[in-house]
Amino acid sequence: MELSKYMRDGVTVVSLEGDLDSHSAPEAHSDLAELLPGAGSMLLDLHRLRYMSSAGLRMLLLTYRRARDENVRMALAAIPDEINALMAATGFLDAFTVTSTVSEGVRELAT
Amino acid sequence: MSATTPDWTERIDAYPTHRIAGFDVRAGRPLPFGATRVPGGVNFSVYSNNATEMTLVLFQRGEPKPFAELTFPGAFRTGGAYAMTVLGLDADSIEYGYRADGPWQPEAGHRFDRDRILSDPYAAVISGGERWGEPRGGDLYRHRAALSYQDFDWAGDRQLDLPLRDLVIYELHVRGFTRHPSSGVAAPGTFAGLVEKIPYLKRLGVNCVELMPVFQFDENDTHGRQAPEGVRLYNYWGYSTVAFFAPHAAYAATSEYGMQVDEFKNLVKQLHRNGIEIILDVVFNHTAEGDERGPTISFRGLDNRTYYMLTPEGYYYNFSGTGNTLDCNQPVVRGFVLDCLRYWVSEFHVDGFRFDLASILDRASDGTPLPNPPLIEALAADPILRDTKLIAEAWDAGGLYQVGSFPNYCRWSEWNGKYRDTVRRFLKGDIGTTGELATRLLGSPDLYGERGPTASVNFVTAHDGFTMHDLVSYNEKHNDANGEDGNDGESHNRSWNCGHEGPTDDPEVLALRGRQVRNALLLLLCAHGVPMLLAGDEAGRTQHGNNNSYCLDEPSWFDWSLTETNADLLTFTRRVIAFRRSHPVLRRQLHATGRSPDGVLPEVSWHGTRAWTPDWSAHSRLIAMMFADHGDCVYLAVNAHWEGHEIELPQLPDERRWHLFADTWAACAAREPGQEPVLDEQDWAFLGPRSVMVLVARATDGIGQREEWRT
Repeated sequence: MELSKYMRDGVTVVSLEGDLDSHSAPEAHSDLAELLPGAGSMLLDLHRLRYMSSAGLRMLLLTYRRARDENVRMALAAIPDEINALMAATGFLDAFTVTSTVSEGVRELAT
Repeated sequence: MSATTPDWTERIDAYPTHRIAGFDVRAGRPLPFGATRVPGGVNFSVYSNNATEMTLVLFQRGEPKPFAELTFPGAFRTGGAYAMTVLGLDADSIEYGYRADGPWQPEAGHRFDRDRILSDPYAAVISGGERWGEPRGGDLYRHRAALSYQDFDWAGDRQLDLPLRDLVIYELHVRGFTRHPSSGVAAPGTFAGLVEKIPYLKRLGVNCVELMPVFQFDENDTHGRQAPEGVRLYNYWGYSTVAFFAPHAAYAATSEYGMQVDEFKNLVKQLHRNGIEIILDVVFNHTAEGDERGPTISFRGLDNRTYYMLTPEGYYYNFSGTGNTLDCNQPVVRGFVLDCLRYWVSEFHVDGFRFDLASILDRASDGTPLPNPPLIEALAADPILRDTKLIAEAWDAGGLYQVGSFPNYCRWSEWNGKYRDTVRRFLKGDIGTTGELATRLLGSPDLYGERGPTASVNFVTAHDGFTMHDLVSYNEKHNDANGEDGNDGESHNRSWNCGHEGPTDDPEVLALRGRQVRNALLLLLCAHGVPMLLAGDEAGRTQHGNNNSYCLDEPSWFDWSLTETNADLLTFTRRVIAFRRSHPVLRRQLHATGRSPDGVLPEVSWHGTRAWTPDWSAHSRLIAMMFADHGDCVYLAVNAHWEGHEIELPQLPDERRWHLFADTWAACAAREPGQEPVLDEQDWAFLGPRSVMVLVARATDGIGQREEWRT
């Protein structure tokens, strides 16, 4: 699991690459916590995510909640189709703000 | 007072005391039973009163062979419960099972065999059967126990607690409902697919779905039956449970991720959000292990003598017709059933249960019916289940028939098989049924006088038997595809093909069938009691005369193109459901009597071709009833005669006038509730051949509709 961060139009964009499962989730969780900006907004770009397990979904939701508690606006962008179907079928999708592309996500969060 | 609480993230017992098979372990907690995530690892707890030794067997997910076997040390046993916490396990990636050692003495009821790996009766997830119909992995261990997460975000959801009298139940098969390509859903045949159809259910107007079995079963288990050429047989219905705590993996779009628990919970949450309750059809009368020739999955190997009703020689009693019978009133089994139902109510928020062949739950260990069966009583009195709907299929395959006499503690409802039989007989024209029909339409006070009409779940069709379309299209069952030479299934269906067996293009036959279906729907939805519809009947679903499709997959699917072909029937059904929901007089809590609570009209009155003059004689095929209470008034006339009759209408005592809601003889069989046209002629009406008419009394300008009331 690789995380990379860059700024775009004042939005912290974090790209997740690889498998997000019970092995990688704890480390990704703490990495994301560190990357969480003090204020403002964060977009998770998921388009390089290959696999997501239930542990990964739960990690994302915990990060999302933590962001909300710290008044950081957060969204998910470019969710691969299969992971999107998994999130839809289990109801996780409803919990997040979701955009289809990174640009769209940045636009949404930058406003 | 300090606002901060110390954050003790570590438990003082979070260290291992033993090392077994390379794993750090400590004595576990016996409760809760099953496998539970704990900080640092997993707690395993399993019980058997007769085993002499227990071993935990661990697999990496999907691997054919185990990676570890940990025998429980004596110090980890409390009575007959074996509990161990294994540290450093990744709960997401393991599957587990048990080996139970003990005597092999079939004549004494013991069938221990430590060579077999057994599934956990409390398994939250069964892995290995993710795709419908694909063979289960590995000969060594097929139905593999695994863990779930229990932290679903319910967002405030809870059971809806709809009053029973307001329910309109819709019985469906999770796979059959959306598996057909015409369903148009993204996840066909799954819990997620059902979520996609909630708008349809809502529009139809039903407020409760009853799911045919969703506990893990083995759809490939066909008891070795020989399929006719070109047919593949399945255990399609699923009345043969493998694991009572696990949602069926092949019904989840996400089970390859082990997320069937989340997917099922999301289904419940979305149903509740749309005002729809969920009742589960549960099968506690037997298990998938069959008799001594069947597979050993779990119970047989863990403690055969405790779980099953055994003959004095150690063979299996077969009151279920499926090989074995769970000994539900054995105290350990009783506890297991209670644990299971509590789990589905507290963990999954389900609203109720329908118990398959519930009369078996009345029997003692030797099969004798008990007057005061401890399990039934315990379920009726349980605090967690207090508001849970309990519905009995009040008969079993051993000849116990208890419709109206099921031990109920004023708590249980029943599938009213007599309602079904009477409505069918009356509609096809059997004589001598008018009086009984009247009793059935009143919520069967002869059976449920003490409990009220809501004890009666009324139905004309259910999964077991003909669909509504087939009920009016076939005299005989056509079960050849089931591979039992047509011998399976009910032979006495009280069905009538309306003049031609099976498909026809004879317009007269088709018109009569259409009318008979609508007649049945009106009698179902205007009767006192709790109506239950079989999914697809609102669109004319057919099984081509097969009245026992338990083993057929594709032929049982709901073809959604029927909702367009038979759009008028769908509209009719929707209107009749809406009519029921807008008339409290049809949804009584207490049985109607001849008394007149508002001093004007009696709660129920009976009529014939002459008002106030019902014909109860044996040859009578026409009866009309009027329900009235607190200003709500509905009149229903049914004619099973092949000729039409003029009927005199009861005179209304005030400014209200008769309005026509439904007339199955007319071109427009039912109106939109609230928009019923006034009858030109208020004193009499023409009741067509084999037809039903429903009138509502109200002021023509719409005034005179009363407010919602409750008894």
